[in-house]
Amino acid sequence: MTAATGTKRPGGPLLLGVRHHGPGSARAVRAALGAAAPRVLLIEGPPEADGLVQLAAEEELRPPVALLAHVVDEPGRSAFWPLAEFSPEWVAMRWAVRRGVPVRFMDLPAAHTLAHREEPEGEAPEPGGREPGRTGEGPGPEGAEPEPAERGRTERERTAKEAVRVDPLAVLADTAGYDDPERWWEDVVEHRGAGADPFAPFEALAEAMEALRETHGHGGHDRDLLREAHMRLHVRAAVREFGPDGVAVVCGAWHVPALRQRATVAADRALLKGLPKVKVDLTWVPWTHRRLARTSGYGAGIDSPGWYGHLFHAPDRPVERWLTKVAGLLRDEDRIVSSAHVIEAVRLADTLAAMRGRPLAGLTETMDAVRAVMCEGSDVPLALVHDRLVVGDVLGEVPESAPAVPLQRDLTRLQRTLRLKPEALERELELDLRKDTDAARSRLLHRLRLLGIGWGEPAASRGSTGTFRETWRLRWEPELSVRVAEAGVWGTTVAGAATAKAEADAVGAETLADVTALAERCLLAELPSALPVVMRVLADRAALDADVGHLAEALPALVRSLRYGDVRGTDTGALGEVALGLAERVFVGLPSACAGLDADAAGRMRVRVDAVHGAVGLLGELAEPGPGAAEAGATGGSTPGPGPADRPPTADTPDQPGRGGGRSTAAHGGIRGRWRGVLRGLAGGERIAGVVRGRCARLLMDDGALAEGEAARLMSLALSRGSEPAEAAAWIEGFLAGGAGGGMLLVHDERLLGLVDQWLTGVSDEAFVDVLPLLRRTFSAYEPGVRRTVGELVRRGPGRGGVRSATTGMSGYAADLDRERADAVLPVVGLLLGLTGGSDDDGDTGWGGGRGDGKGGRVAAAGGRTGAAMREGGWMEVA
Amino acid sequence: MTVSVERTGTNAASEPDAEDGDRDAAHALRPHAEDAFAAELAALAAQDDRPRPARWLLSPWAVATYLLGGTLPDGTVITPKYVGPRRIVEVAVTTLATDRALLLLGVPGTAKTWVSEHLAAAVSGDSTLLVQGTAGTPEEAIRYGWNYAQLLAHGPSRDALVPSPVMRAMAEGMTARVEELTRIPADVQDTLITILSEKTLPIPELGQEVQAVRGFNLIATANDRDRGVNDLSSALRRRFNTVVLPLPESPEAEVDIVSRRVDQLGRSLDLPTAPDGIDEIRRVVTVFRELRDGVTTDGRTKVKSPSGTLSTAEAISVVTNGLALAAHFGDGVLRPADVAAGILGAVVRDPAADRVVWQEYLEAVVRERDGWKDFYRACREVSA
Repeated sequence: MTAATGTKRPGGPLLLGVRHHGPGSARAVRAALGAAAPRVLLIEGPPEADGLVQLAAEEELRPPVALLAHVVDEPGRSAFWPLAEFSPEWVAMRWAVRRGVPVRFMDLPAAHTLAHREEPEGEAPEPGGREPGRTGEGPGPEGAEPEPAERGRTERERTAKEAVRVDPLAVLADTAGYDDPERWWEDVVEHRGAGADPFAPFEALAEAMEALRETHGHGGHDRDLLREAHMRLHVRAAVREFGPDGVAVVCGAWHVPALRQRATVAADRALLKGLPKVKVDLTWVPWTHRRLARTSGYGAGIDSPGWYGHLFHAPDRPVERWLTKVAGLLRDEDRIVSSAHVIEAVRLADTLAAMRGRPLAGLTETMDAVRAVMCEGSDVPLALVHDRLVVGDVLGEVPESAPAVPLQRDLTRLQRTLRLKPEALERELELDLRKDTDAARSRLLHRLRLLGIGWGEPAASRGSTGTFRETWRLRWEPELSVRVAEAGVWGTTVAGAATAKAEADAVGAETLADVTALAERCLLAELPSALPVVMRVLADRAALDADVGHLAEALPALVRSLRYGDVRGTDTGALGEVALGLAERVFVGLPSACAGLDADAAGRMRVRVDAVHGAVGLLGELAEPGPGAAEAGATGGSTPGPGPADRPPTADTPDQPGRGGGRSTAAHGGIRGRWRGVLRGLAGGERIAGVVRGRCARLLMDDGALAEGEAARLMSLALSRGSEPAEAAAWIEGFLAGGAGGGMLLVHDERLLGLVDQWLTGVSDEAFVDVLPLLRRTFSAYEPGVRRTVGELVRRGPGRGGVRSATTGMSGYAADLDRERADAVLPVVGLLLGLTGGSDDDGDTGWGGGRGDGKGGRVAAAGGRTGAAMREGGWMEVA
Repeated sequence: MTVSVERTGTNAASEPDAEDGDRDAAHALRPHAEDAFAAELAALAAQDDRPRPARWLLSPWAVATYLLGGTLPDGTVITPKYVGPRRIVEVAVTTLATDRALLLLGVPGTAKTWVSEHLAAAVSGDSTLLVQGTAGTPEEAIRYGWNYAQLLAHGPSRDALVPSPVMRAMAEGMTARVEELTRIPADVQDTLITILSEKTLPIPELGQEVQAVRGFNLIATANDRDRGVNDLSSALRRRFNTVVLPLPESPEAEVDIVSRRVDQLGRSLDLPTAPDGIDEIRRVVTVFRELRDGVTTDGRTKVKSPSGTLSTAEAISVVTNGLALAAHFGDGVLRPADVAAGILGAVVRDPAADRVVWQEYLEAVVRERDGWKDFYRACREVSA
């Protein structure tokens, strides 16, 4: 005790200024405490946690853990004080608890800290007030600051704050001629072996800090003055109780000068007067090394917790031990790493350190050595080393006796407000999403599902199939409580945790489809803040996924969620952008993906083309608003007319002369226009599979984007004798067998029927025999009724007058229009569509197309043959 | 003797006739590093008071300074020979200091040979102990050959032996260089194993051996894009510390390198300098970087990478090409159209896959970018 001159002024308590999470500091603290044997220990931390200290004696409390303080009614407002095994505070706490020395936390109570954060709206940062996630992990003021739990904002604040704050470590390192404060600290403190005097390091550091604070004052950390006043009060009280020799204080080195400072009790109290206060709860929560690392949201500002842990635990020869560990990891991953490699790596690391003028090889040197010797210069295995060892996979544990995690509280609160009791008995729940409570329930269940808490499982709705209905099967299993506790690492509220989990899932997702599914779930669970990350990942995946098939499959789901989000009023701007980008990529990649496919693959591709077509139609609708807006809209003339894609083919715009070509240029800018360009390329492509070509031609035709002659040309090209019969039939299949109403189309659009009939009539007898089985495959898929009708139509032929009377049930689809009757419908249609005067013209051109002119004879001629075969469904017999 | 023939380059540091060397260097189309920078090396050596490994002319610290540039206490300015991360040079120099062979990897155009030459010049004062790796490199090039006239006349003796550069480096404690190691056939590569692990080269014909003297080391370069040419055996690989030379870190650095080189090249071709060239150079560098890195410079959009390397050297050639186009067929100003064709040629190496990559890039990135309209149009024109 007499040697305890370290940071002890005569008659003062033992002040151990540390660097938070510094293993060297931790070791030094252990040595100093052992030498000084204080009777009470004060630690920088929220005093409300005094009652939780005893848990540190239990083996089940295994670091990394964090003290979590949150506002009682509002678990989302919280702060963390993470502690790793190598944190000086943790070491000191364990030391004291094991010896029965009382531990007290002396920082500003969390009640004030959290209350302070609350002002305006509880979220907005205030200049100089709020503690941001720190950057320097120095002994500086940022050190033991609680981590703000609200994520996302920290980054922004950090940059804003940094400008005004002084990083004491950086100043010291700079003075010592180091450009990197980290390295300076490692060299002067962490890598120093145990000296003879356990107090000497603290003394030196305290002096340095004193000099710094003389120059910089509070260095932009004005809130520190409050905290330090509070600490002084606590220290004074402890000194009164235990005498100056019996008190040891562990705090950030930055605060040491302030604690030495002589201030009157009255002055300190005055400072602390009238601070806002909220009711807070504290508990221990498990923490991970990854979260200690700076890269993750709640970062405690340690780049390399695994390395620090290693330094703390290694009894001697840290570099040799570390490199052996690395070699072990690489061997486990099937890399050939021999002892010779380790030897060489150690040599390289040591020599590098010597060359860089460092006393001992640090993390940089060892990693350089690992890269050059063990990884053959590659950064890929090095990333693994960084992930597994430098950061590490360590997960802390908290005993069951620790108070409940706030996530559970939040869940309980939600269950209460939504009147959803957790019951072990299974029951079904019908939700009507139009009601607020039901919508909130749905959100909660979706969020819990995202968190892996399977309380409710979606079930098929009975009765109504409306999108506003959801059916859930609820059942609360006891182990779900454990899941809730586990999910506690993701956040303190259900919404926050689900957001964090969704983001993590997105980053870790295996396939593109997984990410799209996740995006859909995010929308269902209404987690808009997770969407940016999910979208980011989605865009990245889409960009790198070389398989157009994947992209094409992902697009429809994405567009669906886009529309769904639209219905719910979620902001889906990012989603739309991603969908457009995805579509663009599909457009570029599709032509080469459709080339050289076998029959099966071609069939799958046809389905994808259909899916993309539908999605593009929807997307075009969402991206390019209705016809009225389009004229004035930014897309201007490039917008195709009023949704031709969704119009039934029978109501299609007639093929005005030159219309097809004119439209394609005009629509070039719009997404649907570009899609049409792709389809056109596919339909005319040489190496494209027949079924896909046929399908594309058909889609174009349905869109009215093909002049009639053009379709006929494509068809005759596809069906010409030069092409393989199989290909020709596949083309027919693609062209005619689309969706549910392929046959109906033939029934209702006799233009198509005319084309087929025309071709069939032109086919020579031998070729007819060849294509017959292939055609049969297409037509036999039609429903019998459709088949029969087609047969009848063909047999009847497209004659004019007499036809109408012959087909009693089909008068509306006669070959030639009954203008009078058609005109009679127009006013009603106009009324339905909300059109006024102009509609008459539209209707006229739209309905009065003179097709079939001059073709009647041919179709009629073929009538007997085609019609009979179709009616019977027995083409083979005919052949 | 072969020795004298191979040693055309003079060694300013170790040989007395520096005058000769100067004259040679002045006439040489491209002088050796140790000649071109003799003054810097001498200044460094004079002021270098740090410990030097055996037979090193400079301390490792001074070698690193020589490569990275700096100012000496007496005010001598050392020009940077390598622009890139300090870490790389430090690891490379340290590797040599620890007696380990150094393998410099990198895509073409990342200054591997340049770094290896300067390292050898700074460490041993001689960068000419060089074995150029080709598919036809024989074992003799790495071990030793025979002077058959001598052999027949006098029988096997050391006099009849023609030492390889590696053998000479071993005997004299110098730095040997092997260029394009992966192009050398695998069985020939493996002759290096004994040399690097036992540090000895047996001559069974004479019952002798040449033992490496302290200071001997070997720098090899290899191109990591040409995978599968003659991949190193793991036994050999284990003998090397590997340093990967990266492509330039920041766009600014790359623009700087490109414009400087283009300027030099343009002068040698007597092309008029383009006043607005810097914008197009920046554009070319941006396109190359984005496609290479697979992500746009703003970090917001990922893109696919084509099969080509798109190294800085290629960017230089695209710009030079464009300048020639602009000077001879255009209005003398470097325009988007002048570089578009060159970029297309550099990017689309594999007509199927790369074309998709390029079009995706055009549509997803270039089309959206402000001020890139001309470029987009020019690219569309040549791509269509």
